[in-house]
Amino acid sequence: MTIERKITAALLAGAVFATVAQAEDRNYRAEAIAMIKKDFRSRGIAGYERVQEDGLQAVCNRSGNRPPEAIAKQLEQDQLASVKLPADGKLMGDWKSGEKIAQSGRGMTWADKPGIPGGGNCYNCHQLDPKEKSFGTIGPSLYQFGKLRGNTPETQKYVYSKIYNAKAFNLCSEMPRFGHSGAIGEKEIRDLVALLLDPASPVNK
Amino acid sequence: MKPSIIVSLALPLALAALPAAGAKSQKPPVKQTAPAAAAAEDKDATTAEFEKFREVMEDSNPAELFEMKGEELWNEKRGPKQVSLAESCDLGLGIGVVKGAYVQTPRYFADVDQVMDVERRIVHCMVEHQGFKREDIAKKPFSNDTHTPEPVSLVTYVASQSKGMKIAIPQKHPKEIETYRIGAEVFQYRAGPYDFSCATCHGADGKRIRTQQLPNLTKPQGAIKSYLGWPGYRMTGGVMHTLQWRMNDCFRQQRFPEPGYVSDSVTALLSYLGVNSNGYTYKGPGIKR
Repeated sequence: MTIERKITAALLAGAVFATVAQAEDRNYRAEAIAMIKKDFRSRGIAGYERVQEDGLQAVCNRSGNRPPEAIAKQLEQDQLASVKLPADGKLMGDWKSGEKIAQSGRGMTWADKPGIPGGGNCYNCHQLDPKEKSFGTIGPSLYQFGKLRGNTPETQKYVYSKIYNAKAFNLCSEMPRFGHSGAIGEKEIRDLVALLLDPASPVNK
Repeated sequence: MKPSIIVSLALPLALAALPAAGAKSQKPPVKQTAPAAAAAEDKDATTAEFEKFREVMEDSNPAELFEMKGEELWNEKRGPKQVSLAESCDLGLGIGVVKGAYVQTPRYFADVDQVMDVERRIVHCMVEHQGFKREDIAKKPFSNDTHTPEPVSLVTYVASQSKGMKIAIPQKHPKEIETYRIGAEVFQYRAGPYDFSCATCHGADGKRIRTQQLPNLTKPQGAIKSYLGWPGYRMTGGVMHTLQWRMNDCFRQQRFPEPGYVSDSVTALLSYLGVNSNGYTYKGPGIKR
């Protein structure tokens, strides 16, 4: 983020914050955050530093996940600029491996062991392969995602970037920033892109 | 006989009596219908099976064994000070009064000038009146297959004494109101590597993770689902758990660090969920998947 952008974002976020705070005699949100910082502690790989919201989370937390459009657009651009595309330009991997990654809900909890790659958690919230009946509905169905959109380089780049950092397209999206947070790596994201876009993937049958 | 032994005997019998419920963990058969509709159907079948199972279990709910253990612990003179909780512990309705206490907590306690949930209050009594060490209790506060902490049995007993009563968590004292308001903010707070808050999963109607339906805890008809059935005998692992454990496990799945046992944050969250459930009838300790 450039200095100018940081300042603009901070000013705008401050304006949002002041509006919300004005409506309350007390700032219960600040009290809640202070309480969480007092009560929580590291366990396993879930370090204490996680209680600290980052800039994007702060904007979403302070605006009830509805930031003013100007802020949202600007911060989405920043998030998009930080997406690291594979150096070799290859964005589609193996859909069969992608299906396994999509099935796994593991990763990043205090019960998960360090160094073991996390899963994509995809079926937790999305429908993908129609044969898998156990799918969640927090996110939209992705059945026939590629069949409806094709798999042009632009679409591949969009899907890779969306999985890497969902907030680049919808600032306060419920979807985690899987690449940004390091929850999954380049290979895993490629395989998930294939699961969504490869014509041979069951998602597109 | 230890509750864990009785449970391990009773459970296979109950399962044998209802084979359909025993098969509930198997993947539903693949159907060639519209996927979304099929999933909803399968979910309904699973829910129906579990409900049947719950009915069968109603007369021999394993939670009752923990209620019995908890009643013993409540009445016995224990700890370094050799005092019983029955003669020393005020859960908000007077010393030793357990009837209705569960459905009226979290509440403000003047002696500590704090809002406490029922488990926190019981731990407070064990420390202050019986002389147990807080660190010892907090070391392993949750049940596993070989160990049920004393507060878990005590909470289960106290909860059983509110069966059939309306949830009526007070919002009179300023600290009760403040705790609720802070709890509402804890519920909405997004952080951690997945950007999750409680509301990510429990802030909208009709959502699911996999086939698990997610109650909208911001509304009374959803919030009551977080209250009913707890403390609960959990089929997964075959152990008794309280709402303290449930909140802890939610934060694990939220990818947060761990909340302190019986900490302010958990009390605030329980106050939020509890007050949102006010007016509904509590059905006593239950059975959970």
